[in-house]
Amino acid sequence: MGVLTRNLDLFVNHFANTLKLFAVSGIASLLLGIFLAMLRVSPVPVFRGVGTLYVTVVRNTPLTLVFVFFVFAYPYLEIIKFEFFTAAVVALTLYTSAFVCEVVRSGINTVPIGQAEASRALGLTFTQMLGSIVLPQALRSVVPPMVSTFIALLKNTTVAAGFSVREAGAIRDALSELGEDTLTGMLWVAAIFVLLVMPLTYLQRVLEKRWSVAR
Amino acid sequence: MTAASTPPMIRVAGVDKFFGPLHVLKNVQLEVPKGQVVVVLGPSGSGKSTLCRTINRLEPIDSGVIEVDGQPLPAEGKELARLRADVGMVFQSFNLFAHKTIVENVMLAPTKVRKTPAAEARKTAMELLERVGIANQADKFPAQLSGGQQQRAAIARALAMKPKVMLFDEPTSALDPEMVQEVLDVMTGLAKDGMTMLVVTHEMGFARKAADRVIFMSDGEVVEDSTPEEFFSAPKSNRAKDFLGKILTH
Repeated sequence: MGVLTRNLDLFVNHFANTLKLFAVSGIASLLLGIFLAMLRVSPVPVFRGVGTLYVTVVRNTPLTLVFVFFVFAYPYLEIIKFEFFTAAVVALTLYTSAFVCEVVRSGINTVPIGQAEASRALGLTFTQMLGSIVLPQALRSVVPPMVSTFIALLKNTTVAAGFSVREAGAIRDALSELGEDTLTGMLWVAAIFVLLVMPLTYLQRVLEKRWSVAR
Repeated sequence: MTAASTPPMIRVAGVDKFFGPLHVLKNVQLEVPKGQVVVVLGPSGSGKSTLCRTINRLEPIDSGVIEVDGQPLPAEGKELARLRADVGMVFQSFNLFAHKTIVENVMLAPTKVRKTPAAEARKTAMELLERVGIANQADKFPAQLSGGQQQRAAIARALAMKPKVMLFDEPTSALDPEMVQEVLDVMTGLAKDGMTMLVVTHEMGFARKAADRVIFMSDGEVVEDSTPEEFFSAPKSNRAKDFLGKILTH
């Protein structure tokens, strides 16, 4: 307990950054992932190709490698300068959105074709059909894998510690500099992560329950 | 009114359609004037559902011309969406939007496509639900309704767009027998009100009672095109005689 109480500020600051990374890259991944999924089911072959190419290239590329690229290689391209935090958000987003895309797309495949036909027959455009009819139903059917993807993102934020972002993954190093017991510190970090995952699990349960009634 | 001054509501001319090597529509010719109720009969696999679906381009055709109200079907895109908004369609499997309540189902297209204000769309939707007899189900989800109620909701949803013509693709084939009549009653009411309708069905009673004209299809061809009395009492072709023999003897 001592390690935690003596260094409470350190824990709070680092975990605040973890949550910030999670929130920003979470929202960005969700948006980019849904957009990519829309590309992958588009009637335009070029769009489908772009979506497929993205997923093929990015999915399961080691996250550290994506970070290495954005922190070390990307600056040499001299496009826009990123701070470390922004670079971490970009890396996490690009990585996670490939998974979100595939989760959403598998959801789209569960929506019966008749739903799309009825939308088209009523005069809805492709975008209206996806936005009002297909995606809302698709997202309802993929709550568990989607939550898993976001739990993975939450834990993946710790990789940013290796790239000068002071989040939960960096707590060990900070404690070690202060001469604290790092092993106990690490156990606390793990425990707090378990606590952070719990609301996500709860959210999953609530959404599953609510949306099972509405179908 | 002469044929020259008003184009037919639906004109199908020389239409061919293939599913792979299967020739499902063979040089189909069909004109439906405004206000007419045309029933399409035929054995399963005769291409009647496909014909119905080509008219709002849910199935693209390989050759020939399809016009709705004098306008040829545009290619996929905004133009086609606009045309589809004017063509109501009712499916065998209802296809109500599963995540929306009945009244939301009926309101959706008017608000999204026609940009009708929500309050007005809701009012119209409730009137339509009243007309098809399920206003008391307005706030339920489709899965909570019986098949017959769902199909009536689907008809209300199509009518909400104030279509010029209604296509029915076997609207009662997925229903329990006791629910068929309630759907047919709604359709008969529509026919009486002067709606132009193309109805693919196996309901001979409806064809006799509500149709102005009967089209008999077999193997992708229009084999007969006559009045219901003529078709049921004196079919010309052997294929129609054979078909009627099978369904009317039991």
